[in-house]
Amino acid sequence: MTREIDRDGVRRLMARGAQIVDVLPAREYAEDHLPGAVNLPLRKIEAEALRVLDPSRPVVVYCADPG
Amino acid sequence: MYDYRTGILDWKTAGLPVEGTNAQVPRLVDVVRRDAPTCSLGERLGDVRDRAAAAGWDACVVVSGGHVVLGLLRGAELQGDPELVVDQAMRPGPSTYRPFVPVAELRGIMNDRNLESSPVTTSDGKLVGLVRRQDVGLGTIDQ
Repeated sequence: MTREIDRDGVRRLMARGAQIVDVLPAREYAEDHLPGAVNLPLRKIEAEALRVLDPSRPVVVYCADPG
Repeated sequence: MYDYRTGILDWKTAGLPVEGTNAQVPRLVDVVRRDAPTCSLGERLGDVRDRAAAAGWDACVVVSGGHVVLGLLRGAELQGDPELVVDQAMRPGPSTYRPFVPVAELRGIMNDRNLESSPVTTSDGKLVGLVRRQDVGLGTIDQ
């Protein structure tokens, strides 16, 4: 289940060691991403999430904006 | 799993750090003056001008109670009739810029439009501060 979270919530989770996932295309990720974020573009996320992410830690996903 | 729906745009608007090849590009968040004077719609222009001048400013941002930008008093407006109220003298609805905008981009805009100063706001219109021409590497405007 996915829960919506705001900026302050992201910062709190970061401080607790959350995994930050940028789902934007690799080129956009290379230009700008949240500190420590890994890049799992949407088209790859299902295939790679289990390999890349630690299921014991919180995961925060983001893209560019709500649009 | 958590969904940060407002995404990296919201993060950058707040002036928070990012990583990546663009991370070192100077942004407005790096140069904005957060001590810019503010005033409200109903204040007397002469009082606002005196207060701004005492703080070393020739501009003042008109804000609501929630600190949302409503207008701007640049040098010309501040020199108006001191008995006017701010609402009558201000330049309403000035163009505003987000903190993540590159300094070079605003430099071009301020140069093209001969702007003395430009307000920087969050995406919901709340004032972050003012950027003056010298903050983006421009000289003063010839009168």
